[in-house]
This record gives sequence, structure tokens and C-alpha cells, in this order.
Amino acid sequence: MELVAQLLGSEGARMVVGLIAVIALVSVNALFLIWMERKVAAHMQLRPGPMEVGPHGAFQTVADAIKLMGKELITPAEVDKPIFWLAPIVIFLPVLLSFLVIPFSSTWIIRDMDVGILLILAFSTLSVLSILMAGWSSNNKYAVFGAIRSVAQNIAYEIPLLVTVMSIILMVGSFKLTDIVAAQSGLWFVVVQPLAFILFIICATAETNRAPFDIPEAESELVAGFHTEYTGMRFALFFLAEYTNMFIAAAVATLLFLGGWHGPFLPGVVWFLIKVYAVIFLLMWFRWTFPRTRFDQLITFAWKILIPLAFVNLLITALVLKLR
Amino acid sequence: MNAVSAWLTPQTAATAAFVMVIGLTIVGALIAVGARNIFHNVLGLCVSLFGVSGIFLFLNSPFVALMEILIYIGAICVAICFAIMLSEPMYLPPPPRNKVKVLGAAIGAGGIFVFLGLLLKKTQWTAAPERSTDWSVTTIGHYFLTNYALIFELVSLLLLVAMIGAIVTARGGRSKP
Repeated sequence: MELVAQLLGSEGARMVVGLIAVIALVSVNALFLIWMERKVAAHMQLRPGPMEVGPHGAFQTVADAIKLMGKELITPAEVDKPIFWLAPIVIFLPVLLSFLVIPFSSTWIIRDMDVGILLILAFSTLSVLSILMAGWSSNNKYAVFGAIRSVAQNIAYEIPLLVTVMSIILMVGSFKLTDIVAAQSGLWFVVVQPLAFILFIICATAETNRAPFDIPEAESELVAGFHTEYTGMRFALFFLAEYTNMFIAAAVATLLFLGGWHGPFLPGVVWFLIKVYAVIFLLMWFRWTFPRTRFDQLITFAWKILIPLAFVNLLITALVLKLR
Repeated sequence: MNAVSAWLTPQTAATAAFVMVIGLTIVGALIAVGARNIFHNVLGLCVSLFGVSGIFLFLNSPFVALMEILIYIGAICVAICFAIMLSEPMYLPPPPRNKVKVLGAAIGAGGIFVFLGLLLKKTQWTAAPERSTDWSVTTIGHYFLTNYALIFELVSLLLLVAMIGAIVTARGGRSKP
């Protein structure tokens, strides 16, 4: 008993409990988001969407998940086996790590690190690497094309994303996510930094490979892009990572610009989740509103418009902070 | 029960993590040098750099550790992959090792190893906690603009040279087919 009590009080136990909670959240969130995406898409096109399994098709994704688990894991003969096998695992690791520092409310946080926002940004770059691993090891031209596009896109969009986040960090003077949210108790940063918010949302859409920037997996040209050769649960892991990445991008947007857990009447966690799902709805709305951009348009837009705008925003922020 | 708690101290956990980090660094470096497939080399480099960022974490500098991941893995390794994908096709069998090049690389790396080893032996090390406990971003920023301003400027110069190089390479633009 003593040992159990000692373990429960320790930092290690906090990690274990936190990780279990995060894995549960990730699975439930992905199941919900896939259903939500199908419903949002359907209603935007005046269709009902999935209706058969459960009320309004609420259990459709559960059925899909069970079906995916039953599928055979096919490893094509000519793939680079160790990397083909590792890629779905590598794409999932940074996603789990990011939850370590996301504060759901002022107390609901696994570990309040001083460099929280940097941790999320640093590990999110790993997903590019795993997309590259998946695409290249598949030994398939569509997969390689998807991977190359993804890398070019990510190099282009990482820079304005980081510079935009820097302007917020300059205002707060801390990398700690709880500090950033605490600084917005009066006025949300979206009011002070509207340009930064727009830039951030555009870059986050590109970072999560969502339409209109979903050229790494453009169905009409590349079959399924980098995960063309994946089946069963391996494919499901990519899917899970994609939707969890969406959640993380929306959560970071909420923490940096929309005041995190701040809000009247309701508890902090509820406010946080409401804001996160509102941002996710915005991303889904984009997907069914804008047509897919062409590859060269995408790169030109990033280097010639977004990056200069992000630097101008940073410069103005620094000037205002100094002159105030 | 007591045996478990006696064995599972923070010190043993830290030692185990340290061994893991060092192992990652060395194994990754061996893959980066030894593998015959250029993509595996890059991934080996990534693993090794991950280990290095773990060492920074051990030195109580999470900021530098995360910057290591952000810049070296997230930017440089991905850029290397990008360059590889634009170069020769990967389904061709790799050319045989050039003995002279291998020997040259071994001598160069060995020379650096001996130099660093001698330097390590010569330096009087003080434990990190004794030197300073404050390795926050603020401290690093102050150091950059005071004691190490020259290094900071040299890094900017390096970046400037790289940028000019890129512009010179790209100046001709695409040749019309």
C-alpha cells in the first residue's frame, strides 16, 4: 500500500495516468471528428450523411474502426520493410507528446513545461519526417510524389508559422502555455493580433495537410498520396494521427489567440473544448468551401505572401511593444 | 516491495535514461555512416540528433534540446531528404565504396576525435549545477548579445553566405525545355 501511495504521489504516476487519459482522448476524439467531418460535409452538400448505425449515424466510425482492425496488414513485396513498418509509429509519437503540455484548464495539464509551445512546434516537425518515411519506403510513385509535396509544403509553411507564434511569444515574454493563456484573461490575442491569427490558421491548415492544402494526398491525382500502400490498422494510425493533429492545431490556436480556458459561467475545460471544436469546424468548413490549390500556387503563396507578412507582423509587434 | 522502491530510485531511472540517450546517439551515428541506402543514412542522422537533444536535456537545458529537434531534425534533416529526392533515383544499386574516400573520411574523423579527446582531457570541468542553475531563455539571450556576440554574428554571416549561395544557384532560373 505504501508503495502504491508513494507511486500515486510521484511525477511518474502523473505521467502514466496522463498518458492513459491522452490515449483515450485521442481515440474518442478521432472517432468523433471523423463522424463530424462526414456530417459537416454531408450537410454542406444537402445530404444527410451516415444515418444507419446509431442515432444520426453516431456509431458509424466505431463500426468502421472495428472493420479496419479486422483487415489484413499487407506489406507489399518491394517496400523497404523496417521503414515501412516504423512510419505509422513515428507519425503517432509526436502527436502523443504534444498533449503533455496542452493545458485543458488552469489545473488540467500533465506537465506545465517552461518551453511548452516550443515542444509542440518541435515535435510537430517530426510528422513531416514520418510522411517522408512512409512515402519513400512504399516504393510507389504516387507515394513518393505525395511525400515530396509534403516536404516542400512543410518547409514553406513552417517558417511563417514559427514567426507568427514568435510575435505572440514576444507579447507574453514566455514559452509557457499557461502564461500565454493567463495573459489573455482580459483581452484575447485574436483582437490584438488579427493578422497573426489569420496567418496562423492558414499555416495550421497547411501543416495538418487539410484542404485546400491537401496536395500531399490529393485523391484525384495521387490515389491517396503517401499512405497509398498502407492497409488495416497501419492506415488507421495515419488517419488517427491526422485527426489528432487537427485537434492539436486547433488547441494551439485556442491557447495562443482565443484565450484558452477563459470564459464566463462554464468550467474552464468546457470552454477550452468548445473553442477547440469551433476551430476544427472552421477547418472543416474550409475543406468544403475552397478548391484544392495547385502546387506552385501553394509554394508561391507561402514564400511571397505569407512569410513577408509574418515578418512585418513580428516587426510591428516588436515596435509597438518597445514604444508603448 | 521495499526492494522495488530501493531499486527504482530517480538516480537509477536517470542513469537508464542516460544510457538510452547515449545509445541512441551512437547507434544513430553508426547507421548514418554505415548504411548503404542514402535514405537510411539520413534517418540514422535523425536518431543520432535525437540522442544529442537528449544529452542537452540532461544538461538541464530543455530550450536547447528542443531547438536541436526543431532545427536539426525538423529543418536540416528534412532539407537533406528533399535534396536526396531531387538527386539520383534510389532504385539504382548503390555504387561500390571508394577505398580512398573511406580512408580519407576515417583519417579526418579520427583526427577530429583525437583533437576533441585531447581537449576534453585538458579542460578542467566543473559540474553544470555548480556553474550556474539558470539556463533559461533569458540567460541564453543575454549571453548571445554580450559574451558571445562574435559567435552570434559569425552564425549570421554563415547564414548570409548560404543565402547568397542559394540566390546565385537559382539566379539563372529554369531553362526552357
